[in-house]
Amino acid sequence: MMNFSYTRAETVAEAIAAVAGDPAARFIAGGTNLVDLMKYDVMKPERLVDITRLPLREIEATDAGGLRIGALVPNSDLAYDARVQRDYPLLASAILAGASAQLRNAATTGGNLLQRTRCYYFYDVATPCNKREPGSGCAAKTGVNRVNAILGTSEACIATHPSDMCVALAALEATVHVEGPNGPRVLPFAEFHRLPGDAPQHDNTLAHGEMVVAVELPAPRFGRNHTYLKLRDRLSYAFALVSVAAALEMDGEGIAEARIALGGVAHKPWRVPDGEAVLKGKPATPDSFGAAADVILAGAKGYGGNDFKIELARRAIVRALAQAAAGEPQVQSDKTVN
Amino acid sequence: MEIDRLTAAGPTAVSIALKVNGVERRLEVPPSVTLLDLLRERLDLTGSKKGCDQGQCGACTVLVNGRRVNACLQLAVMNDGAEITTIEGVGQPGALHPLQEAFIAHDAFQCGYCTPGQICSAIGMMNEGHAKTEAEIRELMSGNLCRCGAYGNIVDAIEDVMGRSAFKEAAE
Ligand SMILES: Cc1cc2nc3c(=O)[nH]c(=O)nc-3n(C[C@H](O)[C@H](O)[C@H](O)COP(=O)(O)OP(=O)(O)OC[C@H]3O[C@@H](n4cnc5c(N)ncnc54)[C@H](O)[C@@H]3O)c2cc1C
Ligand code: SF4
Ligand code: FES
Ligand code: FES
Repeated sequence: MMNFSYTRAETVAEAIAAVAGDPAARFIAGGTNLVDLMKYDVMKPERLVDITRLPLREIEATDAGGLRIGALVPNSDLAYDARVQRDYPLLASAILAGASAQLRNAATTGGNLLQRTRCYYFYDVATPCNKREPGSGCAAKTGVNRVNAILGTSEACIATHPSDMCVALAALEATVHVEGPNGPRVLPFAEFHRLPGDAPQHDNTLAHGEMVVAVELPAPRFGRNHTYLKLRDRLSYAFALVSVAAALEMDGEGIAEARIALGGVAHKPWRVPDGEAVLKGKPATPDSFGAAADVILAGAKGYGGNDFKIELARRAIVRALAQAAAGEPQVQSDKTVN
Repeated sequence: MEIDRLTAAGPTAVSIALKVNGVERRLEVPPSVTLLDLLRERLDLTGSKKGCDQGQCGACTVLVNGRRVNACLQLAVMNDGAEITTIEGVGQPGALHPLQEAFIAHDAFQCGYCTPGQICSAIGMMNEGHAKTEAEIRELMSGNLCRCGAYGNIVDAIEDVMGRSAFKEAAE
């Protein structure tokens, strides 16, 4: 690991000023992603600004009937919070499907949003990678790309965003509260992460020095008909090949509203409102689910090693919607898929 | 080149205080030192193991303020003021922790490399209180890999201790 200087921030304003004023500075929270990447020289900040002492650890009720989650709330505390377990079980389930108990204890809400891709070549500094080294090329497109994206890819990059939590936050239409050198702003979740385009070095729409201070959940919905279905190479402690967060508002036997977000398939949690709209007013049958999946996956493209993801994603969407409609969410400890 | 410049500039060590296995320590630590390296290389507490150094195996699991974390992904400087418990602080020969006894009784290891991490992790899991069934124990212990494949006996040892009322009372 390259050496760096270390500053412990006492206030949000101080932390923002310290990073905004130094292009080689970075925030550090749980460290579970950044320390790893620094060990490989994938990221080489010259200064770390420790934000873990900032007062961003509360989960508070909002006037709108939702919850405001401080950026430093650990992933495990969020998943086991009684209000989250009761009102946002989809979010709790997605968090518990990710990483390990130790990692979730250290990882923070803000850090989870900003974790970087697990593309093998991004980690391997001996290979070309436009995300790590803009302009150097993309080794994954013709290389081992089993874990890479099938949707929203570009000539420059086919990486995925690896988070499970973010897939649920996308489906629940959370918002992200940001503070920065130019003041605060609030972003819809769909506008937080971005597609790679010709600038894959940017995972999201934050400017340098901007800090996530909170994630806000709208008033609870979809308490009964939801699931987080995660498919991976082993039963636990592995990133998603494909995951689906599904939430339904039922109207008798029919579907009144659907939310479907996919993980493991794109540079951001993948949502297609037109695909969700297909289900409106339709019976909860495999045919309806398949029709929605076709729209969601339209234009999906494999790169060889990840061709299987297209059919896997289709089946995962159908299965997840069936689980959600039946009110039988995937259990994250017993991995039998119903 | 970058590295030379930074070395020349001299990244300053930071002064931190840690309570490690009940002993207060004041240390000067360069920012890039992980908690795991500090424990093993400076404090000679080699019970915590470095399996992968990437958060992928759990061999380095220690308790920070009672919560289990991967010491290999923690910067030591960020833990200033924390209480750290490693396997050396869990029990001693002649005064073993119930989990240590149970691991022996259930033959829950072969090479033993993963064992300190397994035991610290199991203590953390019991503190958390979310594992009730065997499937939940397996899931919530999945952050600790065992290359020898002693999983079946590890789960038995943990279930044994969790089932003993004496331990439950002691934990309260
Ligand atoms: C072995 C392993 C397996 C894993 N498996 C999974 C998995 O299955 N599913 C999953 O979802 N995740 C998984 N993870 C990833 C884990 O969830 C992330 O590492 C974690 O959420 C990052 O949070 P952190 O607080 O540790 O971030 P840090 O490492 O501290 O920071 C990550 C990035 O975010 C920036 N940052 C942090 N906080 C803020 C903020 N408030 N505002 C602005 N920028 C900020 C930092 O500058 C840094 O660039 C795994 C990790 C490991 C090591
Ligand atoms: S897919 Fe993106 S992250 Fe992976 S090698 Fe290509 S440019 Fe780099
Ligand atoms: S050494 Fe820390 S997880 Fe493997
Ligand atoms: S006993 Fe050998 S790795 Fe677990």
